[in-house]
Amino acid sequence: MGVRPDKPPGDIKLKRSTSHFSIEQNTSWLFTLPSLVLVGLFGIPILALVLSAVGKDFFKTILSTTALSALKLSLMTSSISVLLAFATGIPLAYLLTRRNFRGKAVLELLLDLPVVLPPSVAGLALLITFGRQGFIGSRLSALGIDLPFTTAAVVMAQTFVSAPLFVRSARIGFAGIEEHLVESASDLGANEWQVFYRILFPLASRAILSGLILTWTRALGEFGATLMFAGNLEGKTQTMPLAIYLGFEHGLKVAISLSVLLVLLSIVLLVVLRRLDQQNRIQPDL
Amino acid sequence: MRYKVILVLMTVLLLTACKPGETWKSITSWLSSKSDLKTPLPAGSTVTAITGNQQLTIFAAASLKDAFQEIGQDFETANPGVKVTFNFAGSQTLSTQITLGATADVFASANHAEMDKLITGGMVRQDASMDFLTNRLVVILSPDNPAKIATLHDLTRAGLKILTADETVPAGKYTLEVLKKLSADPSFGDDFITLVLNNLVSKENDVKLVVAKVQLGEADAGFAYFSDTVAASQLKFLEIPARDNVIARYPIAFLNNSTQDELARSFLGYILSPAGQEILKKWGFDPISRQEILS
Repeated sequence: MGVRPDKPPGDIKLKRSTSHFSIEQNTSWLFTLPSLVLVGLFGIPILALVLSAVGKDFFKTILSTTALSALKLSLMTSSISVLLAFATGIPLAYLLTRRNFRGKAVLELLLDLPVVLPPSVAGLALLITFGRQGFIGSRLSALGIDLPFTTAAVVMAQTFVSAPLFVRSARIGFAGIEEHLVESASDLGANEWQVFYRILFPLASRAILSGLILTWTRALGEFGATLMFAGNLEGKTQTMPLAIYLGFEHGLKVAISLSVLLVLLSIVLLVVLRRLDQQNRIQPDL
Repeated sequence: MRYKVILVLMTVLLLTACKPGETWKSITSWLSSKSDLKTPLPAGSTVTAITGNQQLTIFAAASLKDAFQEIGQDFETANPGVKVTFNFAGSQTLSTQITLGATADVFASANHAEMDKLITGGMVRQDASMDFLTNRLVVILSPDNPAKIATLHDLTRAGLKILTADETVPAGKYTLEVLKKLSADPSFGDDFITLVLNNLVSKENDVKLVVAKVQLGEADAGFAYFSDTVAASQLKFLEIPARDNVIARYPIAFLNNSTQDELARSFLGYILSPAGQEILKKWGFDPISRQEILS
């Protein structure tokens, strides 16, 4: 099996190479101190968040109607977003890896944009396009379909910001598959769909799976675009990040409990992601 | 050794003596000491001469944005070397930020509840806060008014899209009060509040978001302040009968841990000066004059 650019350079190897240097050189603080600053910046606030949630009737707040409906809505909308990203992202990633066409570079750039854009820009763009006065929205509105302030708008906002991550992962997965596998399959008489379904998709499945998880975490955390495009109404458009932001003013309890829940959920997803990556490495080359 | 102890003690004493909040009297006594000037302060003048480069940080309710920005610019022009920095957001966001340690010199809130939180929390002295203007609610309509809303009664029509500020936001609290009053008013009927809230599509995080989205035409109507209709002049709006409306009293206060006492006081002095009051009126507020505050 050839190059797998989706894998970060193995950190285990790095650890080994440092042991070549003796402790006597005593320059390790040059690396340790700045690292500690950064680790502290991540670690301490997360720890503080978790600690302040403990005992402050965490479960009571989590089970409050606001928190529960935000949780339910978040899980539902982010799952739909991930499904949408999957259904549309796989074909797109396939085209981008297996075909050459005019404007491909522009398309790739367009796909990277939502990843770097501030979500509020995404929200504004969605509002201007799909809002009632918008380019497409005004036509939809004539048909009686209004998107802003609906749960569908939440899904659109989440898909907008998260789907590019999925396309990227899936592309890396497809690109890592050696050409001779495809060629031999074709020689044996497989058509394009069979090659995709039997060869490409299974071989890229791990990359696709990690893409799904990344996309899901991103969709789960979407805030700015949702606030702009979908607004904030409990049970309809108020997802967890929005409830956290507003809970901030409710006296912090709900906000902290929901934040901790999001942290825990994200940790679980990241652990799954790591395991996938590790299995990827252990897996013998095909 | 003994000298050292004495030195430390003296430093501590000095520091406590210099603690802001201790050095000056309450707002009303400060104002009355100034009121013996008899003649109102000339426009553009400040109470104290200010020298050097200084920064004044003001946390102000989102609804004050346009008026305070203009006042801030005038204040900077009148006091070279002074930079006024604003943080505009829902008052509830600002009071939480201050409670969690954000540093500011002046806080202007759209209601008393948020100011009271700071007073209870010890961030503001009771007598360092005063009401400085009033505002009232109106119903704003999108510029094209596609729903053809002509009266408040129309807000109950099913299928409308109505926006309010969240109930944690002062404007949202006032909106609920007004809706309750309207429902108690026989000319609107008991179910007015329910029918209107059925049309609610979003509770925005500050009143300027309500204005922006109604202005874009994404919603048909929204509850906002009269002052917002001045800032967004293309908006149509409906008045709420005075008997059912609320008078929003905005308090302004000096913060205890401010290091810019002098500057903060001259800023307030500027707001109370004829020039400052003119700007507030221009942006649709009803300023409370120095005399009214003292009486």
